[in-house]
Amino acid sequence: MPYTAKIKVTLRQSILDVQGKAVEHALKNLGYGTVESARIGKYIEVTINEEDLAAAERIGREISEKLLSNPVMENYSIELEKVN
Amino acid sequence: MADVTVGVVVFPGSNCDHDTEHAVRSFSGVKPVMLWHNDHDLQGVKSIILPGGFSYGDYLRSGAIARFSPIMKEVIEFARKGYPVLGICNGFQILLESGLLEGALSRNSGKKFLCCRTTIRPVNCSTIFTRLYAPSDVLSIPIAHGEGNYFAPPEVIESLEEHDQIVFKYTDDAGNITAEANPNGSLQNIAGIVNRQGNVLGLMPHPERASDKQLGSDDGRALFQSLFTHISGI
Repeated sequence: MPYTAKIKVTLRQSILDVQGKAVEHALKNLGYGTVESARIGKYIEVTINEEDLAAAERIGREISEKLLSNPVMENYSIELEKVN
Repeated sequence: MADVTVGVVVFPGSNCDHDTEHAVRSFSGVKPVMLWHNDHDLQGVKSIILPGGFSYGDYLRSGAIARFSPIMKEVIEFARKGYPVLGICNGFQILLESGLLEGALSRNSGKKFLCCRTTIRPVNCSTIFTRLYAPSDVLSIPIAHGEGNYFAPPEVIESLEEHDQIVFKYTDDAGNITAEANPNGSLQNIAGIVNRQGNVLGLMPHPERASDKQLGSDDGRALFQSLFTHISGI
């Protein structure tokens, strides 16, 4: 049964996010004075065909740690949804 | 005596593979062998160079997908056996992703892709890659990268220092290691590091682009010469 793993990869807080900074400055230049900061990450959807939710989550976490994120400088979060 | 062979791995998106091949070929007694990323046969080479470029278009992260190319399984085993592996620019990024070297490279702190001349110093001249340099040498070697900002957690930096694994640092023209001379925000001006065993070197500057006076500098030649002298004796 297919599940969609919705994986978000973000830079760790200690890593300078130059893309986020550029967007933050652009938003401030547009006059959005209440904008305090912007961070940019990646959003990845992976369809996983596994028997149950636990197995799909296990695969989702494994691929996030192995390839989709670099634990030295990034964090990830994962949500799973059943595909109907 | 037969020529010693050095492998240059070609990933889809490598663009310094032929520059590296050209540089290797300019040394007598050494022959470059191009190794396709999809192969598993290292063809008996005595050393491997992972060249610069944009393997897999730098999709996901620089080096992240190349690290799982078929040939990387053999390259990692080759390195673990103690054979010398050199990663230049994107090759350095691939070595970090593969875990052969510690740390990571994030976007340049100044946001820009940098393609310019830099000066670096070989702060550790006892490696097989830097024996023909002196620590006081100030080398003119170009960089060309958008993600060369070296980062590692404090405990890794401490360990790199303790084991003398920091090999190259960015300097000003006089050889001073200053914040102004740091082109990309790398911690401690780090431009290149070696693994604990000393047989895997990664660096962001391009020695192959500084291997002929006609290119404006041949300061990178001694790196290749050090390596080739070493493997000729293996």
